Amino acid sequence: MQLTEIRIAGFGGQGVILSAMVLGKAASIFEKGYATVTQNFGPEARGGACSAQLIISDAPVAYPYVTQPDIMVVMSQEAYNRFAPELKDGGTLIVEQDLVRVTGLDKKKEIKVYGIPATRIAEGLGKKMVLNSVMVGFFTALTGLLDPDAVRKAVADSVPSNFRELNLQAFDKGFECGSTAAPDNVEAQLEAETVTEG
Amino acid sequence: MSTDLNTDLLNNDLLNTDLPDDDLVNPVEPFLRTDRMPHIWCPGCGIGTTVNCFARALIESKIDLQSLALVSGIGCTGRVAGYVALDSFHTTHGRAIPFATGLKLANPKLNVVVYSGDGDLSAIGGNHLIHAARRNIDLKVICVNNLIYAMTGGQTAPTTPDHATTSTNPYGTFEPSFNLPHLVEAAGAVYVARWTTFHVRQLARAIGEAFQKKGFSFIEVISPCPTLYQRRNKLGDSLDTMKYYKAKSKVKNGAPTSEVGLTISGEIIVGKFVDRERPDYQSMMRAQYVDSLGDRFVEPMEAEVCS
Amino acid sequence: MKADPRGVLTGEHFIDGDHACCEGALAAGARFAAGYPITPSTEVVERFAARVPTVGGTFIQMEDELAASITLQGGVWAGAKAFTVTSGPGFSLMMEHIGYAAMTETPCVFVDVQRGGPSTGLPTLPAQADMMQARWGSHGDYAVIALCPNSPQECFDLTIKAFNLSEEFRVPVMFMMDEVVGHMTEKVVIPPADQIEIVPRKHTKESVEEFQPYKTNGDLVPEIAHAGEGYRFHVTGLTHDERGYPNMTPQTQDKLVRRLQNKITSAADRIAMFEEAHLKDADVVVVSYGITSRVAQRAIDTAREQGLRVGKLRLITAWPFPEKKIRQLAGRVKAFVVPELNLGQMALEVERAAAGRAKTFSLTHAGGGVHRPEDILKVIVEASR
Repeated sequence: MQLTEIRIAGFGGQGVILSAMVLGKAASIFEKGYATVTQNFGPEARGGACSAQLIISDAPVAYPYVTQPDIMVVMSQEAYNRFAPELKDGGTLIVEQDLVRVTGLDKKKEIKVYGIPATRIAEGLGKKMVLNSVMVGFFTALTGLLDPDAVRKAVADSVPSNFRELNLQAFDKGFECGSTAAPDNVEAQLEAETVTEG
Repeated sequence: MSTDLNTDLLNNDLLNTDLPDDDLVNPVEPFLRTDRMPHIWCPGCGIGTTVNCFARALIESKIDLQSLALVSGIGCTGRVAGYVALDSFHTTHGRAIPFATGLKLANPKLNVVVYSGDGDLSAIGGNHLIHAARRNIDLKVICVNNLIYAMTGGQTAPTTPDHATTSTNPYGTFEPSFNLPHLVEAAGAVYVARWTTFHVRQLARAIGEAFQKKGFSFIEVISPCPTLYQRRNKLGDSLDTMKYYKAKSKVKNGAPTSEVGLTISGEIIVGKFVDRERPDYQSMMRAQYVDSLGDRFVEPMEAEVCS
Repeated sequence: MKADPRGVLTGEHFIDGDHACCEGALAAGARFAAGYPITPSTEVVERFAARVPTVGGTFIQMEDELAASITLQGGVWAGAKAFTVTSGPGFSLMMEHIGYAAMTETPCVFVDVQRGGPSTGLPTLPAQADMMQARWGSHGDYAVIALCPNSPQECFDLTIKAFNLSEEFRVPVMFMMDEVVGHMTEKVVIPPADQIEIVPRKHTKESVEEFQPYKTNGDLVPEIAHAGEGYRFHVTGLTHDERGYPNMTPQTQDKLVRRLQNKITSAADRIAMFEEAHLKDADVVVVSYGITSRVAQRAIDTAREQGLRVGKLRLITAWPFPEKKIRQLAGRVKAFVVPELNLGQMALEVERAAAGRAKTFSLTHAGGGVHRPEDILKVIVEASR
């Protein structure tokens, strides 16, 4: 678990902050690492641009901010447009594929792009709200950064008890997608998902 | 109903307590910090009279003095806290009520009295006055209203009546003034009365009644400031003011508070205007917590936490 | 004495600095808070409002900060440990009552989660520009203690420390957080109650007849009694003698105000806390606090990788200022670099304590964000020359 800079961004209400909290909790409470989450928010309670920064490391984190993210999760076009250029060369970009069109990425940076229709999957499970758990599952499988059991525990520990089962299902679904996902294959991924759901 | 001022002030019939044999001891002396006498109040000032009434009310109501805390703000009346032999707090300008709120909430067993002036309570502290009444914090507020800022030299107060001259309105005031009983009734007080320093028995009785109430009680005492208000407005000396209070006061218990506003030389409606029941803040707080939290609610602990 | 287990949420938590501060207050024994909502501090009282009825205590949301900052003192004199929480604009309103707490020697804690100012400024963004206000904001001469946490863990640990210091010295303690530390989430370890040391209130053992509320005995801190205990004492914001009675003479004023100041300054070395590293071989020392210390850490690490002899002095106590430490260092280092999210406040103190024997580089920032580590590095390089 070497020092990894992660940015998660979207709009308010998507569970952007909660996603970062879950991953941070997994790293620092359910694993022996260190994590720092900082968040940026505007005065809007809902719907405004929203972004969280997560640093995960095997040593205490001093500087709490992302300078060049190794991993970025974006769930809105606005967030993509604003943050994608920050990504480190060879970094990982994870997008909500129904909400984000990946365009204009610098090919030379060799960024690995993964897409998932997290909102649709969440709706399929019965509650759009759990899209962040889908995303967290997808992230966990793709990045291999954290122990899946630790993240699963963190999900269970971070959501209201009456939604625990649903969130765990969402996590598992996202994890499953992530385990088979290939980079730069957004279209294929989309089709695969459609099939799974059918 | 009228009382003879001079005999009343010396009248010990009110006292059901055993007096020391030595007739020279004033019965209110045990309630005062005699080592701080003489006090700073001017000759003819009404504040001392109100303190006398307060002490009599304490004697009559047999309230446990150890349970009593008195809180004042700043101003002439604010100095009351310094002269009473009670746990007493002379706080900052306007903030007697929030300080008293803290005392009461942290130790609900305390009987907390706020003793302050009209400027302190209704101008700089006006926001706290209405909110404490709204919350119905169990406080007994005695507001000595001399219609002016006295300690600072006779400036306009929110209570200064029509066209009175003050040091900051040397050509006469033109702002409308607060009708304090109306204000605190509207805000939620459960007990509202007004007397003047002429009505010493009634005032003592009102203070005693307020001690029987649970909730925000407000007693306005109209009191002379011969040095700055009466003199500047050519209203004579303190004795003239007593005569005015006697002649122009009209007892109207239960009078609608909207009709008890004061003018510079008109009628003064006095009496008990409001006496109603409403759950106090702490009862409401407890009920809400019990309702929402059930067994998880833990009663606020007592003061020994710290000692 | 040990903490009351009812207030201690023993375990490992992933929470932000605001929430950790609240848990620190509960662990310290605070059972009374009066607040008024203001970003970015509100989470502290929101959590307290949720937690305290299950622990045994009271929270009241007052009508403004003027009220909150004196209501809590009523709570203290009724026997509770109490605090309030605010940010810049509210901190300005509370100044009068910080003076009242200093004058009446009311042990209590004021938490200021600093945001950009002046005035309404930057409600959701950080600054460290209330540092001088914390020391000098109320009128007259007095002394306070101010602590600066740089992580959620410290928000917990140092809040307990803040309450303990307030009780030991009977002073208002300023807990100077900043928006980043307040809203940053990290692991916070809360130990079992029996491992948390609590300083009890310095309650009098004198009889009712003998007790004088402002009489000192041996040290400079008088013993306290609470309302309702039968002492029938007087407390006033006026200049007062040992009996607590107002006394308007220059002699009484001199004796009182000097004692209020001296009880802190004479114990400054004992109160002062700082974290240091690489000071032995340092040419340059970076003096920082709060969130800026974590930005500075990255600059220091990079500088040392480049072979520069840079030391770190992190202020945990801002007031009393650890003057002696700076004075000692000034004799053997070239320069101090002081980055802070203001236009140079604590840098003035560093400069004063260094007394011309080492240069002070004030690295200012108007707030709304933090320094870039490379900007601090640049000044370290410059100062090392």
